[in-house]
Amino acid sequence: MITVENLTKRYPNKTAIDGVSFNVEKGEILGFLGPNGAGKTTTMRIITGYMPATNGTVRVDNFDVFESPLDVRRRIGYLPENPPLYPDMETAGYLRFVAKIKGVPKSSLDDEVARVMEKVNITDVKDRIIAKLSKGYKQRVGIAQALLNDPPVLILDEPTIGLDPKQIHEIRGLIKELAGSHTVVLSTHILPEVEQTCHRVIIIERGKIIAVDTPQNLRFQLKGVERVSMEIAGPAAEIVSKLKAMPGVLDVRAVDETDGRCRFQIEGELKRDIRSDLARAVVESGWGLLELQSETMSLEDIFLKLTTAEG
Amino acid sequence: MRNMLAIVERELRGYFISPIAYVVLTMFVFLSGIFFRAILSQVMAMEMVNSMRSQQFGGGAPVALDMPGMISRGFLSTMSVILLFMIPMITMGLFSEEKKRGTIELLLTAPITDAQVVLGKFFAAASFFVILLLSTWVPMSVLYIYGDPASGPILTGYLGLLLYGFALLAIGLFISTLTENQIVAAVLSFGTIMVLWLVDVLANTAQSGTREVLTYLSILSHLDDFMKGILSTSHVIFYLSLILVGLFMTYRSIDSLRWRG
Repeated sequence: MITVENLTKRYPNKTAIDGVSFNVEKGEILGFLGPNGAGKTTTMRIITGYMPATNGTVRVDNFDVFESPLDVRRRIGYLPENPPLYPDMETAGYLRFVAKIKGVPKSSLDDEVARVMEKVNITDVKDRIIAKLSKGYKQRVGIAQALLNDPPVLILDEPTIGLDPKQIHEIRGLIKELAGSHTVVLSTHILPEVEQTCHRVIIIERGKIIAVDTPQNLRFQLKGVERVSMEIAGPAAEIVSKLKAMPGVLDVRAVDETDGRCRFQIEGELKRDIRSDLARAVVESGWGLLELQSETMSLEDIFLKLTTAEG
Repeated sequence: MRNMLAIVERELRGYFISPIAYVVLTMFVFLSGIFFRAILSQVMAMEMVNSMRSQQFGGGAPVALDMPGMISRGFLSTMSVILLFMIPMITMGLFSEEKKRGTIELLLTAPITDAQVVLGKFFAAASFFVILLLSTWVPMSVLYIYGDPASGPILTGYLGLLLYGFALLAIGLFISTLTENQIVAAVLSFGTIMVLWLVDVLANTAQSGTREVLTYLSILSHLDDFMKGILSTSHVIFYLSLILVGLFMTYRSIDSLRWRG
């Protein structure tokens, strides 16, 4: 449904995204994960046709964003990072305005506005001035706006920001419900959100894609990096250099040292159990092995690890 | 077309939701009333002097002055100056507020062209300007009730004011795309309009070649003929081209806004 090829956006003094390529299948929910400033918003803005790319192409439903922008925009419902609301308008009046510029026929205008308000549960504030609404309501009015005219593709930039846990739950439910008949691309920096709602995750950092996979695979794939935590009584510096020299060990870090005992975090090669080697080495050197445990990485760790690589 | 009308409607509604419309309308009606009265007494004083003079020096009947004509001409010319101050207030928020609120992202990703957005905004401002001009029906009807003015110059005068106003609105519209701050947009528009107004003064001291160019650029000098009841194509073309240039620059500015992101 969405094909992004070699997308690059350069500013005079900064490259926002650099050679990004990916596909989104029809009916899929794709999550964009990355720290602030990684290029999530820029990518979404290019897909929606808000800004042109320096290089590369985006096709939505086989229409090129640059060549036939209106065909693309008709197919996309977009929630920008800041919900684009007119604070002096009433909720329903605002939605009617958006419906009109999106070309909803006059006869079904009221029904369509009522439908989206129902979907995001804001019917109770339909006559309220938007400026007076709470953050959660404003966010949901923004989502309602994106849903108008029922576009097949939804691009949602941080859809659950500013919502309380109950509302977050509702919106995630709504997004899942939309999948299948709709293609959804959403961005977030909240990890549980991706795990719970997305079929596929793209981790983006400093304008580059560093991982694309299902949340499950991503976790599995990186769990292969054996991470061991050890507490050892002995000279910290010596221990680090000794362990680092062992085959299969990628990295050793002393994390927290208190009177002669130190906790180490050791990362080993993929699918290679180094625990017994480690234990033997420690004991043979005459240090006291106080604790040894294998750690699995949460998606949060994976995210941190991937995005802070070479940091 | 319908999506453009939606923008016009929203924008016009916006004027009347915010205090801007009321402040501008009130100030305009107030000022135009005061100036109408001032011009009225001035013309009456002139008439008095005129009739006294003819009585003193004898001879036939006094030379009749076209009083209603003088009043309407003076009044409409004064309007052009007052409008100079009002127009930046009409245009200041048109794009600057969209940028500040982030709603520009909605307009530029909706299935409408940039031209439709620009024209929608322009027509909204133009409609408000027409409402402003219509508010002068009060002094004008006074003129028609107590006098018998020639309608020709009044009609061309209004047509001139319309074109003049639209041209200034187009310039203000462009300037509002340059900033996120309404006040900055208003001050910049006001400054630009002032320059276009004052090139007339500069022209007086300039060399003959530049003088003609500067006089041609002056937005007010093109109004004179309209006020006298002369409808000249060259003046109409001047204002129309100013409108087109303003709208085109707005359109380009929106496009570059996309590139800069």
